Amino acid sequence: MKAVEIHNIYKSYKEVKALSGINLQVKKGELFGLIGPDGAGKTSLIRILATLLYPDEGQASIFGWDTIDEFREIRKIAGYMPGRFSLYQDLSVEENLNFYASIFGTTIKENYHLIKDIYQQIEPFKKRLAGRLSGGMKQKLALSCALIHKPDILFLDEPTTGVDAVSRKEFWEILKSLEQVGITIIVSTPYMDEAELCDRVALMQQGRLLDVDTPANIIGKYDHDLYAVESKTLHRLIKDLRTFDKTTSAFPFGDTVHLATNETFRRQELDKFLSGKGHENITIKPIEPGIEDCFMNLMRRQNDQ
Amino acid sequence: MTNKNIIEVENLVKKFGKFTANDQLSFNVKKGEILGFLGANGAGKTTAIKILCGISAPTSGKVSVAGFDAVKHPERIKQNIGYMSQKFSLYDDLTISENFRFFGGIYGLSRKQIRQRTGELLQRLDLYDYRNRILRSLPLGWKQKLAFSVAIMHDPQVVFLDEPTSGVDPITRRQFWELIYEASEEGKTIFVTTHYMDEAEYCDTVSMMVAGQIRAFGKPRELKEEYDVASINNLFIKLARN
Repeated sequence: MKAVEIHNIYKSYKEVKALSGINLQVKKGELFGLIGPDGAGKTSLIRILATLLYPDEGQASIFGWDTIDEFREIRKIAGYMPGRFSLYQDLSVEENLNFYASIFGTTIKENYHLIKDIYQQIEPFKKRLAGRLSGGMKQKLALSCALIHKPDILFLDEPTTGVDAVSRKEFWEILKSLEQVGITIIVSTPYMDEAELCDRVALMQQGRLLDVDTPANIIGKYDHDLYAVESKTLHRLIKDLRTFDKTTSAFPFGDTVHLATNETFRRQELDKFLSGKGHENITIKPIEPGIEDCFMNLMRRQNDQ
Repeated sequence: MTNKNIIEVENLVKKFGKFTANDQLSFNVKKGEILGFLGANGAGKTTAIKILCGISAPTSGKVSVAGFDAVKHPERIKQNIGYMSQKFSLYDDLTISENFRFFGGIYGLSRKQIRQRTGELLQRLDLYDYRNRILRSLPLGWKQKLAFSVAIMHDPQVVFLDEPTSGVDPITRRQFWELIYEASEEGKTIFVTTHYMDEAEYCDTVSMMVAGQIRAFGKPRELKEEYDVASINNLFIKLARN
């Protein structure tokens, strides 16, 4: 049985189409990423799966339970961490956790092993009101509360948005350890680099799936030649590369420009072209694409349709 | 970029009770420079930005922005800077041109100036034909570009951008950076925060705050060499973890 099955789901909010025909399956035990910018439909999809929102059309099930007719069953086995902090701000850390444990008929003690690594980091502050915690600590408390009833499946809606690079890294280490315990995890994120930490991902844009696959397969499907080009002046380099006749796209990536081309060309040819425009210290290296290159490529293709 | 300093900060300290949020910050930013202001959550970035914008007073130290002292003339600073953040930018229930009119009015532009700047900036974004559309119905990427245009409408010397590209798709995010480059080429100083570490590499200079102090400050390339790391992301992890 699949952990998640989604058939042809549509959801609109008045004139805004949030989801337009989503079909997706997630296997038991997978760490599955919904990757996309704001407005892609990630939150709507997670809320439908977490039985908090009805789709306009289509059907979804979690471990065989229907998200509408059998929502009670799903709520027993699912943990949910919403994008916006929604614990009780005027209860302490410990009171929040106790509250969630008791709602699900369990105790902190019974499932302490599951949250130990995360909860230990905020335990010194357990008497502090949740509303007075820092962003990183709130996030850890929210995850602890979502885990305290030992769920089979965990829905995490943008847990790392607005979180700094170090805390993001720590958070993904936690997710990896939860995957080891056998929990199926569906996590959404706007950070493309996090896609490579998932078993499989759905790349989402404006309510549609651009692709669903393992990160390695998505990268394998990239169908342009890709180069990292450098020179002394990044901004002018982007502009000039766009006027090169073999260029499909040129976008900055960190301190280089990623140049995608359809036709093969000799590197000396580009070197000469850029030198002619006054660029210095030019380097041109063929590279493997990352998920972000693939996402941008799929986005452009969708826009062209 | 010229040699004229537009932001000068010397020994800036900000305390909240016993807690030191900003601990002896000193740095300069030049006219036309793009400064990436990085740091972990809680490192003290927001506190420093509030002081530089004239919203909050420092406990001690000297801060001058666009030629005005942050303690003596915070109101003059506000007139000479633009500000945009991911959390608050424009009014969703106004049209594009109503937003421009509203913010232009706040900055004290005349009707004629407002009309002229609105036209100029919308033409540049290729959104002039959409000027009577309600903001709510527009894609996030458009809104962020519009919010940036509104922030530079009164031709400020410095623009503060607080996570301007958060949640924006990867293509629009890069188009946004092209707007930043253009503004910098016009001589505007850009002060930007971001959690996308690749964007740190687009800056002329990056500042890395850890626990209230600036631990690293310099050109991305030079910092990477100095700390022997492949990317600013790795530098961030190296500095913030130790």
